[in-house]
Amino acid sequence: MFGYYLDLALRSLKRNKVLTALMVIAIAVGIGASMTTLTVMHLLSGDPVPTRSGTLFYPQVDGNPTPGDFKQPLDVMDYQSAVDLWGARRADRQALVVDSPVRLSAPGVNLPALMPSMLSTTSDFFPMFDVPFRYGSGWSADDDARHARVAVISDDLNRKLFGGRDSVGQVLRLRDTDVRIVGVLQPWRPSPVFYTVAGGRFANGDTAEFYGKTQDVFTPFFTGLELNDGNFQQFTCWHMPERPGHLQNSPCAWVRLWVQLGDAGKVAAYRQFLDGYAAQQAALGRIVRPQNTRLRSLMQWLDYNGVVPGDVRLQTWLAFAFLAICLFNMIGLLLAKFLRRSGEIGVRRALGASRGAVFAQCLVEAGLVGLIGGIGGLGLTLLGLWLVRRQPVAYADLVHLDVSMFVATFVTAIAASLLAGVLPAFRASRVAPGLQLKSV
Amino acid sequence: MQIRPILAALRRHRMATVLIALEIALACAVLCNACFLIAGRIGAIQVDSGVDEASLATVQLAGYENAHAVDLNARVLAGLGSIPGVQSASLLNSIPFGARRGTAGITTDMAGKQFGGVVEFYVGGPGSLAALGTRLVAGRNPQPDDFRPFTALMPDDAPVQVTRALAEHLWPGADPLGKEFWLDKSHFRVVGVIDHLVRPDPGGWPGDSRDWSVFVPAQSSVYLSGSYLLRAAPRDLHRVLRDARAAIAKIAPDAVLDQDGTQTLGDLRTRSFQKDRAMIGMLVGVIVALLLVTALGIVGLASFWVAQRRRQIGIRRAIGATRRDILHYFQTENFLIVSFGIVLGMALAYALNLLLMTHYELPRLPLAYLPIGAIALWLLGQLAVLGPALRAAAVPPVVATRG
Repeated sequence: MFGYYLDLALRSLKRNKVLTALMVIAIAVGIGASMTTLTVMHLLSGDPVPTRSGTLFYPQVDGNPTPGDFKQPLDVMDYQSAVDLWGARRADRQALVVDSPVRLSAPGVNLPALMPSMLSTTSDFFPMFDVPFRYGSGWSADDDARHARVAVISDDLNRKLFGGRDSVGQVLRLRDTDVRIVGVLQPWRPSPVFYTVAGGRFANGDTAEFYGKTQDVFTPFFTGLELNDGNFQQFTCWHMPERPGHLQNSPCAWVRLWVQLGDAGKVAAYRQFLDGYAAQQAALGRIVRPQNTRLRSLMQWLDYNGVVPGDVRLQTWLAFAFLAICLFNMIGLLLAKFLRRSGEIGVRRALGASRGAVFAQCLVEAGLVGLIGGIGGLGLTLLGLWLVRRQPVAYADLVHLDVSMFVATFVTAIAASLLAGVLPAFRASRVAPGLQLKSV
Repeated sequence: MQIRPILAALRRHRMATVLIALEIALACAVLCNACFLIAGRIGAIQVDSGVDEASLATVQLAGYENAHAVDLNARVLAGLGSIPGVQSASLLNSIPFGARRGTAGITTDMAGKQFGGVVEFYVGGPGSLAALGTRLVAGRNPQPDDFRPFTALMPDDAPVQVTRALAEHLWPGADPLGKEFWLDKSHFRVVGVIDHLVRPDPGGWPGDSRDWSVFVPAQSSVYLSGSYLLRAAPRDLHRVLRDARAAIAKIAPDAVLDQDGTQTLGDLRTRSFQKDRAMIGMLVGVIVALLLVTALGIVGLASFWVAQRRRQIGIRRAIGATRRDILHYFQTENFLIVSFGIVLGMALAYALNLLLMTHYELPRLPLAYLPIGAIALWLLGQLAVLGPALRAAAVPPVVATRG
């Protein structure tokens, strides 16, 4: 039966080529626009650590001693709170994180000095975030404690300095300290660079920068603080730091802490621990809002920061409004097309076709339009994504059509056109056979 | 022209009429808001920086040791100043559309209770404000002895110039000259008011706050180093900057040239609004596609109706209607449908704007956009229906006599 309906649909579509073309164009353009923006949205709002994001948490303690009612704690922590919480080791894994620009040169490599961004973190960072290594590995907790002069570098930097070969054991000069490379990462492009996301709520939707590349050099936390002393940037300060760029024991928030907690029980326990720590610090007079702690999961934290840029969300809204217009358009055209065939439908009904059969036949025709429109829409989506890749935005190189969005393009196209077909098909199925037969 | 028979006919095609009207309504809502968004972006792109962008460029250095900062400044300023064509080389921490190094919250009392807003501190060495070319509207420009050495992030006491927008925000209606404000413990006294001096990142700030800037005169220091302003005649500027890039390698081998940040202000400006231009392009694309699809929808449905009513048209023609009557019939019909759509669309445009306002901090849609959207859609409707209506008018009366 389906084959027969398909045959009828093809005949009907061929009969009025202009009307068919109009419908196909409408659905293709609508699908092209909405799938382009949806793909970008899908890529930017995805999970940056799909293997374990459910177990990653971002603790916050409000270190700001200024009295007053602040609804949210500061986005990052002061040095003491962060290092205390890290040192307590109450989570399965924990990593301190701070980034700073550093002067980098490689003795023996004939290149001018660079100013890459350096991430100073603790040894758990790599296993905790499932960071892929090409050569070597991360450093040990012992290296953290010894302030070892070691570093891990990105694939990008390894290509730039060493042509992509195994550079483990080579020496880098960071400012005026020599560090030994112990690991080289595989290309790693978490989107966004979630572990340094903060302050998104002040960004006015201008958050494309969260989707840039990762840092090029990774050093043990305390090693980094020593070798790049004087070059650290605060998130915010409540008073002027005594020595700008040196923020240990300064009235500033600038350090992030990430923890991994394996199950709900551990999360609850850590929450308790966090509150306990804040209360204890309040008793010491260092913290004034001990109740103002948070333990957000990774995805909650990204959500709280509104990481998907405002422009992208706006474009998605627009594209779907546009798709809605295309659908209204298609409903009108389908209605015209089906009712024009009232005579034919009347004959079919008189010969015994049920209302359901007519309805089904009309829907098959609508679905076929959707399928053809979907093919056109796929082409337009690829064109749209190509345009997005040429935009000067940090996430441009991330944009591509993955399998799920490829499937979604056709599903959306066919679903949309079936939806558009319901009303006209219903009207067509109500055609009274007798009345039409008279005029044939 | 009789409207009643048209309405009666439309009532028989209620569903198709409602569909077209709904499509027009949605198109109207999206069109008005998209135009409004475009106007907003164009306004942002055209922001008045208050400085002579065409004559200015910046050189950005990093990676040097703080202990050598003052020495580096002296070398770089002397070296850049000796490049042929350079009118002046000076120190300036933040650069309009470029580096941002002085964003901080101020208070209008010493105790730090009266919050005055987050402003941009342009800390500059001798000659930098003159090089920028800002226009003084009250008070005075910095004098030579205003430029004092300092050892913290910010000079702790300085006579400053503020923009008119900031003065009006902090002391509405009052004379800003002689007024004071504080940044933590640092104290500033207003001695001059400048017309405009845009923030380095105007895109992120709403309304007048993109112009909340302060100029703080200061001497070369660790905390005022590595960021230089070059002034040259517009026709020399690109060549001067090229020479400056080359010269840095010799005069400051201990520093790393920030390739990305070392640009002319014109290029920096273009770059900082690239996203907005892309968004404008996207919005224009949506509008064009939207109008096209709507027009095609009208053409399709009108053609269908003309075909369906061929006999009626023939009969009307046979009993005396002129071609013009038939043409006007379809044009009026379209006008009525589009008008229904527009009335609904205006309400929808307003609702869409409210939605955008809650999510994107957009201002309210000015009422002027509604008639623009209405006229655009009326014109579109008339254009789209013209073809089918002409075909209807061409139906010969003899059709009435056929089967």
